[in-house]
Amino acid sequence: MQELLTFTIIGLSTGAIYAVVASGLVVTYTTSGIFNLAHGATGMLAAFTYWQLRFDWNLPAPIALFITLFVLCPIFGLVTERFVMRGLQGTSEVVKLSVTVALFAFMIGIANWIWPSDSSREAFLKFYEGNKVSIFGINISWHKLITFGCAILVAIVLRLLLFRTRMGVAMRAVVDDRALTELNGGRPDRVAIFAWALSAMLAGLAGILLAGEQQLNIEPLVFLVINAYAAAIIGRLKNLPMTFAGAAVLGLLDAYYLQFSDKSWFPQSIMGFGISGMRASIPTIVLFIALLALPQSRLRAGVVRIREQNKMPAWNTSLLGAVSLIAVVVAISGMLTRSNTLLLLNGFTFAIVALSLVPLTGYAGQMSLAPLTFAGLGAIAMSKLPGDGNLLTLIAAVVIVALVGALVALPAIRLSGIYLALSTAAFAVLVTKLIFNQKQTFMSGNISVPVLDIPFLEINTPRGRLILASIAFSVLGLGVVAIRRSRLGRRLIALKDSPAAAATLGMSLTRTKLAAFAISAGIAACAGALAGDKVSPQQYDFTQSLPIVLLTVVGGVGTVGGALFGGLMLGGNSVLATVVPTLKNVTKILPGTIGVTLGRNPSGAANQIADAYRSLTNRWSLLAFAAAGAIVIWILDAQYVISHWAFFIAGVFWILAVTPNLVGIMQATRTRRIIASIYLGIGVIVSISIDWDNAVDSTGKRLIALILLIALFGVGAQRVAENAPRIHRSSPDVIGLTKDFTDEELDHAERELGVVL
Amino acid sequence: MSLLEIRGVMVRFGGVMAIGGVDLDVQAGEVTGLIGPNGAGKTTLFNVISGMQEPTAGSVHVSGVDVTNEAPHRRAKRGLARTFQRLELFSSLTVRDNVRVAAELAALTNIDETVDNLLQKVGVSDLAEQTAGDLPTGSARLVEIARALATGPHLLLLDEPASGLDEAESERLGVLLRQLTADGLGVLLVEHDMSLVMHVCDQIFVLDLGLIIANGTPTEIQHDPKVLQAYLGAPS
Repeated sequence: MQELLTFTIIGLSTGAIYAVVASGLVVTYTTSGIFNLAHGATGMLAAFTYWQLRFDWNLPAPIALFITLFVLCPIFGLVTERFVMRGLQGTSEVVKLSVTVALFAFMIGIANWIWPSDSSREAFLKFYEGNKVSIFGINISWHKLITFGCAILVAIVLRLLLFRTRMGVAMRAVVDDRALTELNGGRPDRVAIFAWALSAMLAGLAGILLAGEQQLNIEPLVFLVINAYAAAIIGRLKNLPMTFAGAAVLGLLDAYYLQFSDKSWFPQSIMGFGISGMRASIPTIVLFIALLALPQSRLRAGVVRIREQNKMPAWNTSLLGAVSLIAVVVAISGMLTRSNTLLLLNGFTFAIVALSLVPLTGYAGQMSLAPLTFAGLGAIAMSKLPGDGNLLTLIAAVVIVALVGALVALPAIRLSGIYLALSTAAFAVLVTKLIFNQKQTFMSGNISVPVLDIPFLEINTPRGRLILASIAFSVLGLGVVAIRRSRLGRRLIALKDSPAAAATLGMSLTRTKLAAFAISAGIAACAGALAGDKVSPQQYDFTQSLPIVLLTVVGGVGTVGGALFGGLMLGGNSVLATVVPTLKNVTKILPGTIGVTLGRNPSGAANQIADAYRSLTNRWSLLAFAAAGAIVIWILDAQYVISHWAFFIAGVFWILAVTPNLVGIMQATRTRRIIASIYLGIGVIVSISIDWDNAVDSTGKRLIALILLIALFGVGAQRVAENAPRIHRSSPDVIGLTKDFTDEELDHAERELGVVL
Repeated sequence: MSLLEIRGVMVRFGGVMAIGGVDLDVQAGEVTGLIGPNGAGKTTLFNVISGMQEPTAGSVHVSGVDVTNEAPHRRAKRGLARTFQRLELFSSLTVRDNVRVAAELAALTNIDETVDNLLQKVGVSDLAEQTAGDLPTGSARLVEIARALATGPHLLLLDEPASGLDEAESERLGVLLRQLTADGLGVLLVEHDMSLVMHVCDQIFVLDLGLIIANGTPTEIQHDPKVLQAYLGAPS
């Protein structure tokens, strides 16, 4: 009895921490509609900051606490809202979630950079470490008491804040109707900043409390947020008392599991599967159950209003793209060293995984955070099925995983948006913990996936596998294009653009979603099944899925080109880390840094480049200029004026940085036009004047230089050339207005209405 | 037997009674108008009929079949189609593909021909290859009508189809509605454009604060004191 009471108290104090985290999650979700996946990471960063101030620099605890919680956390929240989240209005849930994934990746990168996990550091002590009080004969540490106190304080303060202050009333008003609040003189932006600052403080408080209970490690602190998700979902993301209750239940479950798993009657395995990963899975299982208990998401009209748009891919350009991709890979694969070949191969594997998101997320608008999990299942199926890697084995593996994909999607399919995304995350974590980490699945830490056995072809070399991967990507990519152009593709788009209209026209949303999930799982399975090498479970870990999702959305999840862009970018990022070890830390934050800019360009980078090229059609003088430039670079190379590498770098710079900017520059004002031209000019001159073959000693460094050139001068020129676009939000009381006005339309309207003379 | 029979439909949102027990009939081959001030519950009633909103009480029958508990897509298979007050086009598809999706869902045989005919019928043939999200409101409303018609419905629910249309377009819409009903289609029309409503409707129901306060022919409705009061406020 005494023991049970002790564990109850332990459980409740853990629950108190969950409650604090979860309430922060609820505050931002309700005021800005953004579900902050990076919430746990904020707490982690705060805990590390506190440790730095308190234990490394030896500041007194109250001062360290004050600086962390009341200065740094609010500033962090403010900056996040102002510079990252505010740009996300009018974007889809997919983009919103991706940006929080980016923030998540960014913060983990920062923490890894500043506080590397391998360095030893001062211990993180509890508050009043070692001091206990005895209540009813049970010893409770001061730290736990303080934790309880904090949770109760947070509950009271939030209650008073929301119901008794002007700001609280404004916050609730924003939740109800943002546009109406604005019309009535409320300031939604200010409210949002306040909410994010408050949320960061709550995350920070919980992070510090938890770091005292456990150790100061990045992972457990970040994944603290999964517990918070579960609690917040129990509160349906809006009900704070229910959220607190959910948090308490979670804490208790954890404590009781800890207590009972030591008992002799407690089973060590179920049906041959060890359940050592069980404790860590509890919150995920609760999250899953809480999600499934949610009511069916109701069909509502007028919900989806998104900025991103993708054109239908044409057959001829798609075929041309596929053939040239294979040709380029075949041509350059001969010149690459073995390690570079493997890195590029890695990039293509990522690209195939990224491709699996195109029909599901890009077309059908359903977010999945588990693409790599299906790749992992594909790898397992390929290695366990008979046939030693022949084509039939591949097909069987793909079909099986596709069916699994549909099967796991079945219960989650009633959900939409953020709830669906979370349930895929829960699925990924469960598969990682309960299947990938089993001895039966990955014998001695890794399994070997047989190389695809194609008659008369020997593809056992890295080069062979690279070419195979590029062919696989091209073929699957064409398949995805075929889907987009088919009856099914139109239905997937319909599902994304307006579920309400699709359903009332006679479409079964469930069947369409199932098809999307099955196709996506099948494509991802290919990436795993074609690994053709030893693979380890870490490769398919849930956390590895996040950068893929992120960079695919950055590249443009609505197009095959975007998937290629995202996959290669992720591959390129690991190149960067290998080639320039000094930049290793930069690569940790790179994907996150790129991702947080998504609000500017929600349709993705690949789309932006394609759009720029599309705008060139019919502008013959500019086209001629672009072609002439490319020919000049080629002649310089052919005449041995410049080296092959200079040709390559200048050529890519011309194609990716100069040509897409031509139209923008021609439309800019005179000064901007001149400055932008100078930017591009410098880029071209630098790229052809450096002796890349001799002055730079590795391929990786040359590629990095190329990326830097494009980033500095290409993107720079674009930013200079483009006039800041005027965005006019549609007023809610103009009936039937569904998009923002362009400048021309506004001018037209003003003329028609006689507002201007 | 009426094409659409609504009996005692009631919808409560928490403590708010949005619709408080409505009976309404739509006959095949007729345009039935549903008018009322803003917030009267017209769109909510549409949502109940199309299956997007579960009624707290009451029943919906289409062609004599009880569809009260059916999912929206099942009702569509029974010949029910609707448009939306706030546009719900598939904004990244072309106009043609918007209509085509609907025709494909209805499993028609000669899809291309049907789509072309419908685009012509509502007068948006020249916009066929445009992306739907770029259309001005007026054209978009017409595309929504074409899309709803592509499912080959027996009963068409139109939610303010004339808002955003200019006078000429609105008149053409009236002609189109008469054509459609001549082919046996039943139409339930929510509309604020009174000249259109009075011009094309055979029957009119007036909804106010969730209750039907009057029904009858356009002439009867125009002279009903309760209707005037609902629209103009109580005489002081």
